[in-house]
Amino acid sequence: MGNSKLAADRPLSPHLQIYRPMLTMLMSIAHRITGFGNAVGFLLLAWWLVAIAAGPEQYAVVSSFFASIAGRALLFLFSWSLIHHMLGGIRHLIWDTGHGLDKVSIEIFAWTTIIGSTALTILVWLVGYALRGGS
Amino acid sequence: MATPLKRVRGLGSARSGTETFWRQRVTAVANVPLVIFLILAIVSHIGADYGTIRGFIAQPLVALAFLALIISAAIHMRIGLKEIIEDYVHDEGAKVLAILLATFFAAGVGLASVVAILKISFGS
Repeated sequence: MGNSKLAADRPLSPHLQIYRPMLTMLMSIAHRITGFGNAVGFLLLAWWLVAIAAGPEQYAVVSSFFASIAGRALLFLFSWSLIHHMLGGIRHLIWDTGHGLDKVSIEIFAWTTIIGSTALTILVWLVGYALRGGS
Repeated sequence: MATPLKRVRGLGSARSGTETFWRQRVTAVANVPLVIFLILAIVSHIGADYGTIRGFIAQPLVALAFLALIISAAIHMRIGLKEIIEDYVHDEGAKVLAILLATFFAAGVGLASVVAILKISFGS
């Protein structure tokens, strides 16, 4: 795989840019992107936990960042990425059992992941704002 | 047709068979309830003051859930990052370096989070 000597002058199989984008293909890419996004989010979680352990001053710094527009945007993307990857992951676990691999099911799974993750993310934020009381 | 089972079992190019595949599934299953816990824990504490959030995490069952999430997610993340690197980084040296960095990243954020939870639980 990583051997460049073998790769020379061999025909290559068609890659992504050859194919017309399909929903299931985009969802596969999205699963990978959200997985990477969750790694960035893990860094935010670690920062938050370390700040709580470090004391009130450090926690105030993290809190003010997360309360800023940029912080909230980052957290919104992280929460969406997390929920999207979770629903996409459940889809993968179902596939691992050999179920839901027919053409109709994969389309249903794709739409469920898109609509479900978006709706759940918005719901989480609406509940969060309601509990906070506005601001 | 006889299945060459002895050549399949526990082998493959990585000499570890389906162990990584299976570990990714085990951590994925564990992550589902743990991520739901994380989201609920954070959403229910939005705007809470420092003492409240620290006291919340210091509760043994809450700390346990956080530790489980951190360890499971760190293992899952390390496998996922490695898979992405193996697909896109073809130069052998750069690939090994990138996988090494991904491993250090997963261990770093994981351990920092674990130490934070332990300090919140037991420390002053």
